[in-house]
Amino acid sequence: MGEFVIRMPDVGEGVAEAELVEWHVKPGDPVREDMVLAAVMTDKATVEIPSPVDGVVLWLGAEIGDTVAVKAPLLRIEIAGEGEAETPSPQRGEGARRADEGALPPAVTPLSSPPSEPPPSSGPAGPLLPAGEKGKEARPLASPAVRLRAQEAGVDLRQVAGSGPAGRISHDDLDRFLARGEEPAAMPAGLARRTGTEEIKVTGLRRRIAEKMRLAASRIPHITYVEEVDVTDLEELRATMNAARKPGQPKLTILPFLIRALVRTLAEQPGINATFDDEAGVVTRHAAVHVGIATQTPSGLTVPVVRHAEARTLWDAAAELARLAEAARNGTAAREELSGSTITITSLGALGGIVTTPIINHPEVAIVGVNKIATRPVWDGAQFIPRKIMNLSSSFDHRIVDGWDAAVFVQRVRALLETPALIFIEG
Amino acid sequence: MKEIVCKLLVIGAGPGGYISAIRAGQLGVDTVIVEAAKAGGTCLNVGCIPSKALIHAAEEFDKVRHMTAPNALGITVEAPRLDLAQTMRWKDGIVGRLNSGVLGLLRKAKVKIVHGEARFRDGKTVEVETETGSQIIRAETVVIATGSEPVELAALPFGGPVLSSTGALALTEVPQRLAVVGGGYIGLELGTAFAKLGAAVTVVEAARQVLPLYDAELVRPVLKRLGELGVRVLTGAKAKAYADGALAVETDAGKEERIAADKVLVTVGRRPRTEGWGLEELDLDRAGRFIRIDERCRTSMRGVYAIGDVTGEPMLAHRAMAQGEMVAEIVAGRRRVWDKRAIPAVCFTDPEIVTAGLSPEEARAQGHEIRVGLFPFNANGRAMTTQSEDGFVRAVARADTNLVLGLQAVGAGVSELSAAFSLALEMGARLEDIAGTIHAHPTRSEGLQEAAMKALGHALHI
Repeated sequence: MGEFVIRMPDVGEGVAEAELVEWHVKPGDPVREDMVLAAVMTDKATVEIPSPVDGVVLWLGAEIGDTVAVKAPLLRIEIAGEGEAETPSPQRGEGARRADEGALPPAVTPLSSPPSEPPPSSGPAGPLLPAGEKGKEARPLASPAVRLRAQEAGVDLRQVAGSGPAGRISHDDLDRFLARGEEPAAMPAGLARRTGTEEIKVTGLRRRIAEKMRLAASRIPHITYVEEVDVTDLEELRATMNAARKPGQPKLTILPFLIRALVRTLAEQPGINATFDDEAGVVTRHAAVHVGIATQTPSGLTVPVVRHAEARTLWDAAAELARLAEAARNGTAAREELSGSTITITSLGALGGIVTTPIINHPEVAIVGVNKIATRPVWDGAQFIPRKIMNLSSSFDHRIVDGWDAAVFVQRVRALLETPALIFIEG
Repeated sequence: MKEIVCKLLVIGAGPGGYISAIRAGQLGVDTVIVEAAKAGGTCLNVGCIPSKALIHAAEEFDKVRHMTAPNALGITVEAPRLDLAQTMRWKDGIVGRLNSGVLGLLRKAKVKIVHGEARFRDGKTVEVETETGSQIIRAETVVIATGSEPVELAALPFGGPVLSSTGALALTEVPQRLAVVGGGYIGLELGTAFAKLGAAVTVVEAARQVLPLYDAELVRPVLKRLGELGVRVLTGAKAKAYADGALAVETDAGKEERIAADKVLVTVGRRPRTEGWGLEELDLDRAGRFIRIDERCRTSMRGVYAIGDVTGEPMLAHRAMAQGEMVAEIVAGRRRVWDKRAIPAVCFTDPEIVTAGLSPEEARAQGHEIRVGLFPFNANGRAMTTQSEDGFVRAVARADTNLVLGLQAVGAGVSELSAAFSLALEMGARLEDIAGTIHAHPTRSEGLQEAAMKALGHALHI
């Protein structure tokens, strides 16, 4: 019978030691190859250490919580045959390890891999130049004393203007640079400093927005979920429909399609078309889908509501959207047209950005944010093809909606938008 | 087994290691240094110091030897005799004084010294075989300063008549005929010394030029002097083997030549000492043969630093010392980064060569428009009065800003100019700074001022 020593593997670049967090075996336990023996934790990750051999555990080299240096013996295993009592864990080249890293599952440690060649030198074969002899041109001109002061002050001398001959940085230059930290940078000529402040009272709509946002942000634990939607087909359909629209029909934006998609999805997930009275502790699910449309107006954000979206066709919804937007912007919207929504859509159109973190329109439990459509290269398995991609950034009230349900909801909306025919197919 | 736990462990007490340990000690870092041989490393024991002692003795002997005939100075002496064994005792005395000096400095800095061969057990633990048994040292931070050793040629293994530089520095008799394989600075320094002591010296160099790292202009006065000393220089030649009192050489022309030699000194370079002490266990990244370091001398393993010859060229004691000092300060928690502008280098040939910064060729290769000023020592009063007018001082500067990029000199005693050279480069001097600084008369340093003036177009003495 022989003995096999397992040492702490090199668990990562520059890691000299790791903390032992778990033993899966104790002395006397039989072990099989690839069985996990222990787990160690570096500041980056927890790594499991599998057995490279079959045998019986003889000795454990550390207790849980101990910090063990790389290459220090971790445990000894009695094995059949000659054994390798003094054979360290397989040596692996640094370069080889790095190359493997991506392909290995995280729990696999270098121990289970076969020994590899000595480290291939990643540097030039020639002598290593001292660091100070490279990049002469880029280095600031300053005496050693000035350089030392800069190092200690954490100043990158390349940021300091030198007033001396050939741009040499003097102690005075460094002093000036250090002193400037407390005051604004020197004023370029022609521009003057401004002083004074202006107080603006928050009233009216702004005050209502502020109160609503405070309420929503302080009461609702938001979970925001962002997904990419390929709207190429939808955009094609929209363009075709717009080209063929009858006189008097409004131009279709993406919103009526989204409203129809939401209506279909909410029929399957009524829990999201809901309002939550958190004081009473009651969630009210709504049969009707009243879609609030966050709309920018000259006086601020308002949310006109497309009522009974479930009963509106695409064109109908589009017409109602156009009417409400106009009314909201003109300030002629009626009070009931600005309240009573059960779910909200927010869109900044061309300013939609990549991602938003929408704030839920209290007391609703969900808000769907539309980000801008951009043509992006998409890998189709053989080549990159241009596709129109739009992100949906949606927030949910995490008290009521679990992350899973939120994800299912958004994925369903996505499926409908990606294959827009599904929006219109009955059943 | 005894165990020591410390904050900093320095492996190797050469110039890099002992400086690092002393500085760390000064800064209150609990430090242990391990040395297998004598404190001071290659430099102090078998390198810079003993070779300079031998070179000095050879110069003195050579001077006196030339006073047996009537001469310009009007001094005549009886034929001098040399007792090389005594010379070596004197040299060993100096080495011994410096050895104990280093140990004293380490003790004064409260550094614990462990004598013995260190061996890595893991990233932070070293086992040392001492006279009194095995000793385990655990440290938070480790500095590898194991240095370098002479490269051996497979065809000419060290031993018997084939000497490394260490062997040559221990000779007690001057060989009648000495072949030097490798015409770098070590080979030429020792070859010149033995020629002055009376040996018939042949230098065999594989490159086109001896001192291949220096430009031809700088090397020319050295070649001239080698000729005067009767040293034969074969360039483009390869040493093949040594047998029956002769070194077989393949000459530049492809012919085989046998060079009669009682001793063969092999000085074909030095290689980093990276084997035999468990470094393999650490699996550190390499840069060629050397341990790869970054601008803070950190290796690829956290808490493990490397300094000196084991980290690359130039393999010079003062580079290792500067690195050692910097690492000690980093370990003590100070913010430091390697930002040296120049590492001066000196060849103690006859005449001496000193360089700092870029040669004209190197500066041009880096894309600089340059101006070069050269002042010859035959226009320098001090040089004339010391009977050594060969050589010059040369200044290389950017043409646009006159920023000094490099300074070189060749001539008797010019090694001491290295202070002015590297100071000028570190301070970011322009030619005007050097030209505008009063240099004492009569000294060779006036050559530096004149070279700067020459580059500016207004030298006064040529």
